Amino acid sequence: MTWDWKFAIDIFPDIFGAIWLVIAITFGAFFVALILGLVLMFARRSSFKPLSWLITAFIEFVRSTPPLVQLFFVYFALPAIGISINKYAAGILTLGIHYSTYISEVYRSGIEAIPKGQWEAAKAMNFSKRQTWFRVILPQAIPPVIPMLGNYLLVLFKETPILMAIGVGEFLQKAQLIGSESFKYLEPITIVGLLFLLLSYPSALLINKLEKRAKLAFTPKKKQRVNKKLRVRSEIQ
Amino acid sequence: MSIPERKLTTSNIYPMKSKKPIASYENIKKTYGDAEVLKGVDLNIAPGEKVALIGPSGSGKTTIIRMLMTLEQPDSGMIKVEGKPLWYKEVNGKLAPADEKHLREMRKNIGMVFQHFNLFPHMTILRNVTEAPVHVLGLSKEEAHRRAVDMLEKVGLGDKLDAYPSQLSGGQKQRVAIARAVVMQPKVMLFDEVTSALDPELVGEVLQVIKDLAKETDMAMILVTHEMDFARDVADRVIFLHDGKIEEEGTPKEIFENPKSERLRTFLSRFLKG
Repeated sequence: MTWDWKFAIDIFPDIFGAIWLVIAITFGAFFVALILGLVLMFARRSSFKPLSWLITAFIEFVRSTPPLVQLFFVYFALPAIGISINKYAAGILTLGIHYSTYISEVYRSGIEAIPKGQWEAAKAMNFSKRQTWFRVILPQAIPPVIPMLGNYLLVLFKETPILMAIGVGEFLQKAQLIGSESFKYLEPITIVGLLFLLLSYPSALLINKLEKRAKLAFTPKKKQRVNKKLRVRSEIQ
Repeated sequence: MSIPERKLTTSNIYPMKSKKPIASYENIKKTYGDAEVLKGVDLNIAPGEKVALIGPSGSGKTTIIRMLMTLEQPDSGMIKVEGKPLWYKEVNGKLAPADEKHLREMRKNIGMVFQHFNLFPHMTILRNVTEAPVHVLGLSKEEAHRRAVDMLEKVGLGDKLDAYPSQLSGGQKQRVAIARAVVMQPKVMLFDEVTSALDPELVGEVLQVIKDLAKETDMAMILVTHEMDFARDVADRVIFLHDGKIEEEGTPKEIFENPKSERLRTFLSRFLKG
């Protein structure tokens, strides 16, 4: 069996057509993960121990079970207890919840890097707990972990093919359908692989750029100018 | 939880005996692990009084002021601010452990400047100084801005409003930290070895700012310091701590020129030599 260009070109639009769905699911799930990750992080730090233990157990449980099993649980098992949601919502929720457990750890690492003195200064200025979090701690804790968050966005994106298991028409599902109709798998599956590569790689570059921008936004303007001058000078030399 | 009532036993040279203390410590004890840092401290601070705490490292000076800022909790004893228990709230005449609401109410009276400045690195100098007045005191932006600029000019940093802490020298950072604490207009200001982290040539500018502040303010000030000349200049009363207890206290003149205890003499001589 050899590569059939005509066939590949014929089927490409059909597979490519899923791109908006895949992007929407990726960002939807990532959004859920970002918000829920924050909630989990707060809950885990709660001084109310039972809540903290419960959340720790939940995080460990979610992280040590496969996302595919969780997906089946949400889509096929939950309806048995009266909760049924459509496959797109199930997909977004499952991936979102799964990655929120990782992202809560990312937040935690960012927060643990904040010196104790910042908490003490916030107390000395008589900020409330909420003000301390949102005015002092998080604005310092999040910028340094943006690269890690971006990385999880890409990992999440590459996890979207599992949604074919509940019939979401993403890339792999389309390719699978074409394959089973034509008995030709080489072209459709290759195209899926290439599409992931084409989307992942530029995104990685974009995240790199964002990372630099985030660092800049965190560095005072004057220093930026000085850095730029230094750069220019070193380039001249 | 019962709080032992106890009479103050300090050989009190507490000034202005008629005035109620703005802050008082009664038999305060604190242990970290195996180390007992405070072994029963009694201390009264009068409104507007400037008190210097001196003593060897590990004698518990810093712990005393950190407790007043609610950064550490005493193991036993009673701290009061304006006559109200700091770590307890009164519920129907009984004392219960303080909650966050009570602590925030009490913290209104206290301000603190730290050894390592602890400025907020993601905010400009101006915002470092306006953030709490706007969001904690509820001042209008204009009023907070006016107060902050006023105060920053007073500490000689009126031209650094839009700079970030990372662009300042240690001495400048510490002056911002002083401005940031003072705009909150606390009744007691705590200074925790504020020059210990500075290069020697930057110490003077910070001490000068504090001296000026001490002269014109009616805030009480408690200064933990290793700068003996500074303590002599600024303080109304000097307290020498040793091994978790107040070993000796008196006017700067009494302490520095006529130390009574052997320990204080040894401490001072080591200091003046070194």
